[in-house]
Amino acid sequence: MKPSPFAYTRAKTVKEAVALLARHKDDARLLAGGQSLIATLNMRLSAPELLIDINGIRNLDGIARKGKYVEIGALARHAQVENSDVIAKHAPLLALAMPHIGHPAIRNRGTFGGSIAFADPAAELPACLLALGGEIDIAGPRGKRKVKADAFFKGLFETALRPQEMITAVRIPAADKSARVGFAELARRHGDYAIVGLAACARAEGKRLTDVRLAYFGVGNTPVRARKAETALAGGDIEAAVKTLELEPNDDVQATAEVKKHLAGVLLRRVAAQLMGTRT
Amino acid sequence: MSGRTLDISLTVNGERVRGHVEARRTLVDFLREDLALTGSHVGCEHGVCGACTVRVNGEIVRGCLMLAVQCDGATVETIEGLSDSGEVADLQAAFEQRNALQCGFCTPGMLTAAQDLLKRSKKVPSRDQIREHLSGNYCRCTGYHAIVDAVEAVAQARAKGK
Repeated sequence: MKPSPFAYTRAKTVKEAVALLARHKDDARLLAGGQSLIATLNMRLSAPELLIDINGIRNLDGIARKGKYVEIGALARHAQVENSDVIAKHAPLLALAMPHIGHPAIRNRGTFGGSIAFADPAAELPACLLALGGEIDIAGPRGKRKVKADAFFKGLFETALRPQEMITAVRIPAADKSARVGFAELARRHGDYAIVGLAACARAEGKRLTDVRLAYFGVGNTPVRARKAETALAGGDIEAAVKTLELEPNDDVQATAEVKKHLAGVLLRRVAAQLMGTRT
Repeated sequence: MSGRTLDISLTVNGERVRGHVEARRTLVDFLREDLALTGSHVGCEHGVCGACTVRVNGEIVRGCLMLAVQCDGATVETIEGLSDSGEVADLQAAFEQRNALQCGFCTPGMLTAAQDLLKRSKKVPSRDQIREHLSGNYCRCTGYHAIVDAVEAVAQARAKGK
């Protein structure tokens, strides 16, 4: 199908983009990478009056180490993050996850901020951000604010972003020597949205793990922490962790809830092995 | 620059072109309907099938997930350009030799994506790498083996030729 008619304009600064959003309210949508938005327009699942193209805003695509954090600009393309030396060195979880996001042609356009703002429950980056305990920088008509990942993902495609706000950057703690990460997903075709996926990080203290954070995707309306399994895994018992999983996925076009629950256990064993440094 | 219809100017396969397009016009529809470059195909129109794969400023993109107005000032290359310049001549020959196409609907996108991999690879990519790079391009005829064979053969031949 073809999109219904809309007007198009370009914002050159964050301030301009936010002012345009404030003026046009629900009739306007921001256009970043467009890899989800334009698909929904083509299918007429969404029909805004105005698209505000933010691709021309300068200095919004940087990837840099800043003290204890790695900061990723909202307009950084997935391919840029995938090929970044800073990410390879200081954000190993993202380095593991990036090749699973869409396909090369999609990764050339899709943006980090766009993926977080869209908050698809089966997408990789929201779960990674949740696992890492990241933080989101937001600009709006009343100025700037920060929201922690734990408080950002509210419901199905619903986030803490208010209608006239936009994401400007995302920050995650830079990995140090004790950081351990794990990532696995099951999809019918490489690059498709996952049936079930798991992003995880932890800290190694000798042979033990602490600060385990497990974030599942594709099993609910938002990425979900598996808190009991985190505790069990810190105790070193993988099978106990699998038994404590209390996920409540719905049946969807890809798999039934029962299949998803089973696969969640399979992924937990694989990811636990990655965290503990033993290969599967 | 704003409105429901906009003037754009871009380079397509080495030629300067101008257009007056609706904002909602996707890049692939602009190429096909306005420029009569029908080598780029329209399949799913939501980024899944890869039949509309073209190059914008040297990088492969989905022609259905980019608007024509976003390509104002850009350099766009389609299968017609890659074919005329001879850039993918060896890939085309290998596809033909190995029956890496039947109906041909996916072939322009498949060749464009394959060329992207070969251009970027410093050494001959593994079959897994070829499969992964082409994972965003559906083919419903071949079962993919012949396509992977063809791309692998060209990668090896190019490596020897250098």
